[in-house]
Amino acid sequence: MDTTVHIEKDHSLRQGLTAGLSIAFGYMPVAITFGLLAGSTGLTVVEAVLMSMIVFAGAAQYMALSMIAVGAGAVEVILATFIVNFRHLLMSAAIQERAEPSSKRYRALFGFFLTDEVFAVSSVKEAPIKAPYILGVGLVAYSSWVGFTAAGYFTGAVLPPVLQESMGIALYALFIALLVPSIKEAGRPVLILALMGGGLHWIFQLQLATGWAIMAATITSVIIYELVEQRGERKS
Amino acid sequence: MREEIFWMILGMGIVTYIPRLLPLIALSTENWPDWLRRMLSRVPYAVLGALIFPGIMYAQETIWYGLLGGVVAFFISYRGAPLIVVVAGTILLLTGVNLVL
Repeated sequence: MDTTVHIEKDHSLRQGLTAGLSIAFGYMPVAITFGLLAGSTGLTVVEAVLMSMIVFAGAAQYMALSMIAVGAGAVEVILATFIVNFRHLLMSAAIQERAEPSSKRYRALFGFFLTDEVFAVSSVKEAPIKAPYILGVGLVAYSSWVGFTAAGYFTGAVLPPVLQESMGIALYALFIALLVPSIKEAGRPVLILALMGGGLHWIFQLQLATGWAIMAATITSVIIYELVEQRGERKS
Repeated sequence: MREEIFWMILGMGIVTYIPRLLPLIALSTENWPDWLRRMLSRVPYAVLGALIFPGIMYAQETIWYGLLGGVVAFFISYRGAPLIVVVAGTILLLTGVNLVL
């Protein structure tokens, strides 16, 4: 029995590592650019790579660079980071609802890797999601993020400009590729939720800071969906 | 490494990790009401929508390239291609369009 469990665990870790490859690919241009900008902002290579290793959050790291460039203090940068990354609370709660039970230590481990992208890839998997799967996705994404930060710092634009430009679409292609099978499978509910999420985000980002707009759009979408559905049920 | 930068990075790491960690170790959703759990289970799709839009319009030099990429990604994934094929295919096609036009 014990061995069966282990084989199953190894399998889902490997599945996760494979699924993470598309994130690794998508992070490449973003991390390279981050490394490059970190250099021109005056960070040493150790500082740039350490930031990618310890923070592992694209939008916040870019923001930190622009704040450092205009001479902001550490406390301001940390506060802004908190504000931008607070949205992960919601994603982490959604993962907690869908993931199979695992030890606290294990959850604390894969929780470190829960970026938007790692969340997106993990969460569309049918519940219960295996913890090693999430860890696998996270580890591959993380390696790419840290590795290409260093590569970007030293070499700058390693890719031909035309390819670097097109690669900006990578993460969006990934998100669409995650959404489409769910739409095919579950149909209207998924489509409506995604359309509301996108539409409301468009409206909210005009007023709210990065991160909060995503969170507000998500919460509003699921609340509206629930209310409308409840009303529909009561009527019928 | 400068000491201030080090503490700043560490602080950024801690405030990023806390929201990612807390629900995983402190929440037990089993006893939550059904409606709340249903709402939570719908979060991924709303998040995906918000991550795609409006960001995709600004992913490329012009809005149209971004939207074209979105349409291409949609059709490749609709045909059932694996994630990595959708991502690579979309990039290659946009690169091709960029080279030709």
